[in-house]
Amino acid sequence: MPSSVLQPLPLQESIHHFPVMTSIGTGYDLSNSVFSPDGRNFQVEYATKAVENGGTAIGIRCKDGVVLAVEKLIGSKLLVLGSNKRIASVDSHIGIACSGLIPDARHFTSRARSEASNWRKLYRSPIPISSMADAMGGYAQAYTLYSSVRPFGVTAIIGGMDEAGGPGLWMVEPSGVGWGYFGAATGRGRQAAKAELEKLPLPNITVEEAVRQAARIIYFAHDDNSKDKDFELEMTWVRLEKGSAEDAAVKGWGKHEEVPKELVAEAERLAKESMEGGGDEEMEE
Amino acid sequence: MNHLPEAWGRPRNDVYGTYDASYLQSSMPNQHTQSPIVTGTSVVALKFNGGVVIAADNLASYGSLARFTNVERLKQVGTHTVVGAGGDISDMQYLHEKLLDSLIIKEEYQNDGHHLRASHIYRYLSKVLYQRRCKFDPLWNTLLVAGWDDGKPFLASADLLGTTFSAPALATGFGAHLAVPLLRRVCPDEAAVENITREQAVDTIEECMKVLFYRDARSLSKYSLAIITGKDVEGAAECEAKNQSWKFAEGIRGYGTQVV
Repeated sequence: MPSSVLQPLPLQESIHHFPVMTSIGTGYDLSNSVFSPDGRNFQVEYATKAVENGGTAIGIRCKDGVVLAVEKLIGSKLLVLGSNKRIASVDSHIGIACSGLIPDARHFTSRARSEASNWRKLYRSPIPISSMADAMGGYAQAYTLYSSVRPFGVTAIIGGMDEAGGPGLWMVEPSGVGWGYFGAATGRGRQAAKAELEKLPLPNITVEEAVRQAARIIYFAHDDNSKDKDFELEMTWVRLEKGSAEDAAVKGWGKHEEVPKELVAEAERLAKESMEGGGDEEMEE
Repeated sequence: MNHLPEAWGRPRNDVYGTYDASYLQSSMPNQHTQSPIVTGTSVVALKFNGGVVIAADNLASYGSLARFTNVERLKQVGTHTVVGAGGDISDMQYLHEKLLDSLIIKEEYQNDGHHLRASHIYRYLSKVLYQRRCKFDPLWNTLLVAGWDDGKPFLASADLLGTTFSAPALATGFGAHLAVPLLRRVCPDEAAVENITREQAVDTIEECMKVLFYRDARSLSKYSLAIITGKDVEGAAECEAKNQSWKFAEGIRGYGTQVV
């Protein structure tokens, strides 16, 4: 039994055990919750990198509702069309579209569902969108506090309608930061999508118009960033005055549901037309 | 062992020592078994050839006080189901507003085109009721679940004990005594359902609600009625027990010998 193990190292040796570190790749990015000398958490920034590789997701806040759309990249022709949904419902009035690591997104929405359910149990009403964004921001942020967990590899766009605030659109990032937006975009094509969103007269457009614009923006962003890959467009909305029979729980409010197929098909047709008209230098067959 | 009931089933003191009965005299009140406080009375329902009619009045009694006169006891769940509840109103609110709402929300998360049908909701409710009574903490209700299920009318009952049964004509509480005989005149068995029209069914239920208002001291003339068909659920919230007959009362004098 070597007793030297218990003895402290000579002082000088312990001071210079690690080299002096300043930036990336120098030891401050190895563990979550570690501040670098300039006050950054590199692990969170790496998580953001994971998001930047995901399919583009956008959200549009309109005067009468919210539209969510994702570019679902198709890895194989063997996948059933319309399967593997990427936009999830939370309660009946909120939709969450995520970009990044899909399992992280599933866990994130599962947490959002229990937040909504707990809210209902306590307050007997659907959770307001801002409260949901707040709760989920807090949850994501908790995953930046400990070295025993890793940050979420997702950026979530949370959209819905509530009684007090009307349409609400929020985006929560891996750091836990979350803001309300008129239009939000994340994933690989976010730059192109943001540029297009900024051109829209938000939030004064209708959900129908937003559906057309969302389809166009997803097609545009796809063309810009991952043209060689196949993709499927997935779109949902939450709109006022559209109570379906299943919507007994929240009468008179918006219900998060898929955009009707005919409307999506129409929007996709227009999107393809605008691509052909606008980008003739990159001709397709 | 002797003939006195208190000794039955007890180990003999001379063999096992004195029975420790201390736990029977707890200083704390019993926290589980409750009794109903604010209550709703009968729910009545009848199948017809294309759906089900279900009705319940809008009264919530506080003992013999008619405390709340605008309480909806029928609840639409999903697209083709109505759950009617008698018994304790707070437990009814728990079932209607907490359990069933969250059940539907969770079902819709699957987003697979399937929706809960009446038989699924009925199975769920009866399991909840039975589980609660097994914890000696029952939900003090009798429920009728009416709906359109798999191309057929669906009607079944479940109560605070978890007892379940089904019939083409059902009524809870006082209705089991007063309405069921009237309903069975129209609908003696499952085969008769084919010959009952929607109008006939509604008329019969209206007649039952009137008789119940005549004879049930915890009932109200104002009631809700719902008709579930293959197409949808139609609700009528402000029904009134009509065509009541009180004229004969003028002729009744005293209790025997009185003539004026």
